[in-house]
Amino acid sequence: MLKGKAWKFGDDISTDHIAPGRYFHLRSDLPELAKHVLEDADPEFASKMSAGDFVVGGNNFGLGSSREHAPTIIHLAGVSAVLAKSFARIFFRNSINVGLPVLICDTDQIDAGDELEIDLETGRIKDLTNGKELEFKPLPPTMIKILNDGGLVSHIKKHGDFKLD
Amino acid sequence: MGKTLAEKILGSHAGHDVSAGEIAIAHVDLCLFQDGTGPLAIRQLEKLGVDKLANPDRVVFFLDHSAPSSRKELSNDHKFIRDFCRKTGAQLSEVGKGICHVVINEDYVVPGQILIGADSHTCTGGALGCFSTGMGSTDVAIGAAYGKSWFRVPESFKVYVTGTFPLGVFPKDLILHLIGTIGADGATYKSLEFCGPTIEEMDMSSRFTLSNMAVEAGAKAGLIASDETTKKYLESRGRGDKWIPLKADSDAEYERVIEIDVSTLAPTVSYPHTVDNTYTIDEAAGIKIDQVFLGTCTNSRTEDWEVVAKIVKGKKIAPGMRFIAIPGSVEVMKEVMDLGYYKTLVEFGAVMVPPGCGPCVGIHGGIPADGEISLTTMNRNFHGRMGNPNAEIYLGSPAVIAATAIEGVIADPRKYAKELKTIGKPQIVDTMALKAVAQSAQKTIERVASDTATVLGPRAKEASDTVEKVARKATEQYGPKVRKAAEDFEKTLTKLAADATRAIKDALSSKPPKNSTKKATKKNAAKKNTAKKKAVKKKAAKKVVKKKAVKKVARKAAKKTTKRTGRR
Repeated sequence: MLKGKAWKFGDDISTDHIAPGRYFHLRSDLPELAKHVLEDADPEFASKMSAGDFVVGGNNFGLGSSREHAPTIIHLAGVSAVLAKSFARIFFRNSINVGLPVLICDTDQIDAGDELEIDLETGRIKDLTNGKELEFKPLPPTMIKILNDGGLVSHIKKHGDFKLD
Repeated sequence: MGKTLAEKILGSHAGHDVSAGEIAIAHVDLCLFQDGTGPLAIRQLEKLGVDKLANPDRVVFFLDHSAPSSRKELSNDHKFIRDFCRKTGAQLSEVGKGICHVVINEDYVVPGQILIGADSHTCTGGALGCFSTGMGSTDVAIGAAYGKSWFRVPESFKVYVTGTFPLGVFPKDLILHLIGTIGADGATYKSLEFCGPTIEEMDMSSRFTLSNMAVEAGAKAGLIASDETTKKYLESRGRGDKWIPLKADSDAEYERVIEIDVSTLAPTVSYPHTVDNTYTIDEAAGIKIDQVFLGTCTNSRTEDWEVVAKIVKGKKIAPGMRFIAIPGSVEVMKEVMDLGYYKTLVEFGAVMVPPGCGPCVGIHGGIPADGEISLTTMNRNFHGRMGNPNAEIYLGSPAVIAATAIEGVIADPRKYAKELKTIGKPQIVDTMALKAVAQSAQKTIERVASDTATVLGPRAKEASDTVEKVARKATEQYGPKVRKAAEDFEKTLTKLAADATRAIKDALSSKPPKNSTKKATKKNAAKKNTAKKKAVKKKAAKKVVKKKAVKKVARKAAKKTTKRTGRR
C-alpha cells in the first residue's frame, strides 16, 4: 500500500519540465539532478515534497525527449507513483524500466494536497481527503512482469533474456 | 488482411507474422545513443555485466548535444563514451560530425530494418522505410547488448497527402498543421504512415522533416515507403546496394485515415509552449522576435539552407535580430559551403555554430535571455527547452525564419515570391558579389594602369584594343556563368598587379644589376609585357561584367607573364 500527498500538475508536462536541459551536465550525477526534478513546472516541488508523495498530472504526461533521467529522478526523489489521465509513450515505458509505477486514472477527481492511498495490487486509489475512490487502468501484462522484477535491468539479470510470456 | 509498414517490418524481425496490438520480441539492426543518453546506457550495461555488444558495427554513439563540450562534466561524459567505444568496438561519431538523426540517415539507416535510438527523434529514420523509434537508455542498451527488444506492434494512422505546395509553403508547415489538427498526443503509441501523391514526389530532405516530427504527435514511428527517391538518396550516399523496395499492402488496416491537401495550407507557426498550439502566418505575423535559429534534426539539411539563402541573399538582417545557423552534419556544411549558401548567410549576418544540436537542448550555442522570444526551425517549443524557462519559443519553416530575420517580426515568406521561385534551381547568379568583385578589380586596374602609363606611354591603347577584342569574343562563347570566373579574374589580376608594380618600381628606381646585362634586358622585356597586360585589362575592366571572357584573357596574360619573366 502506497500512501502520500498529491502534487498536482497540468496537461503536457514535458521531460523538459521534469529534467530541464540546462542541467544536462548533471546527467551523470543523478542525486544532484534529482534536486531539480520538475523544477520548470513547480520550482518548489523538489524542496517541499516528502518521500512517498505522488505526482498527479493531466493529459500526455512526460511528452518530449526520451531522457530516462526524467522518470529516474522522479523515482530517486522519493515519489512513489505518477498518476495521469494519459502518458507519452517513451516516458511510460521508461518509468516501468526504472521501476516507477505510472497509473492512468481520472486525475480531475484529485485535488492538490489530497492524501492518497494506493493499492497497486487491486488497482484502487483512495482519496482520503475527499473520500472518493478511483480505479486505475491495469498495466499491460508485459509491463507488470518488468515492474515486478524491479525494472528492465533486474528483469534481464534474473532471466538472462526477455521473459515476457 | 494486408499489412502496414510497421507490421511488415516488425513481423520480418520477430520471425513470425504480427498484427497491431501484439507484443513481439524482434531483432534490432541498429542502435543509436547520444551524449545525453549514452552515459546512462553504458552504466546500465555495466550493471548487467555486459562488455560485449551483439553487433558493435551497428551501435553508434553520437557526440552532438553538447558539441564541442560546453562544460567539464560533459567533457567527462564524452570521454566516458569514447572509452566505451574503444573497448567494445562501437561506432563513434565525434564532436562536430553532426546531429545523430542527420548523420545516421546519411550513413547507416537501411529500408526494411529496425533502428532503436535513445533519443525521441530517432523516428526520423522512418523516412527511409526503416522502423525507427525512440526509447530510453536502458531499452536501447539492452538492444545493443542482446540485439533485440520488445515491441508492442502499433496501430497505424494513414496520412494521405495530396496537392501541390503553394509557393512559400513547405513540408514543415504540413507537419505543424497535422500536429495542430490531431494534437500533441493525437497519435500516442501509433505509427504514422505518410503516403499519397505528394509524398511520392517529395525529396528525402522533406520526408525527413515529416518523419522527424511524428513523435510530436506522440507517435512511435513516422514511416514512408521505400521507393525510387529512397534509392537515389542511398546511391548519393554510396549505399545504393542497401536499397530494397518496401510499401504497405493496399488492403492494410488503418485505425484512422487523415487526408490533407497541401494546396490549401498556409505557412504555419507553433506558439509557446506546445507544438500543437498552431496558427497560420496571417495570425502570427507581426510578433517581435529576438533570435531566429536555422538548424536541428528537423530542418538543417542543404535544402533547408537553400530556402533561407535564396530568400535572404543580398538583404540585411533586421536591426537587433540575432540569427543562429547550424548545419545538420559536416556533409551538409561542406555542401552549403560549395553552393555558396554558407557565405550568403554569413554576409546576411548569421552566426555560425558547428554541426550539432546547438541551442535546441538548451546547453549552449544561443540560449535566449529572460523575456526573449525565439523563432526556430526546431521540432519542439516546450517551456525551458532552449535552456531558459523565462523565454518563449515559436516554431516555423526555414522560409518563415528567413522572412522574419529580414523583417524583425514574424513575417510571411510568401511575399518573397521572386526569391522563392529560384528554389530548386541549381545555380544562383550572385550579382551582388559580382559587383563587389568588379569594383575591386576596377580599382586594381586603375592603380596598375597609372603605374603602367609611366612606363609604356601611348602603346597602351594599342594593346588594350587587342584585349578588348579577345574579351568580346570570349564573352560570346562562355555566357553567364560568371561568378567563379570573376573571382579567378580578380585573383589573377591582383597577382599581375603586384608583379607589375614590382617590375615598375625596379625599373624606375635602380640601376640595372651591374654584371648582368642579359638579366637586365630580360627584366625590361618583362616590364613591358606586364605593363601591356595591365593596360589591356584596364579597358577590359569596363566590361568586367562580362567576366568569363576576362578570365580567359587574364589567364592567358598570366601565363605569358610567367613565361616571359620567369622567376627572378
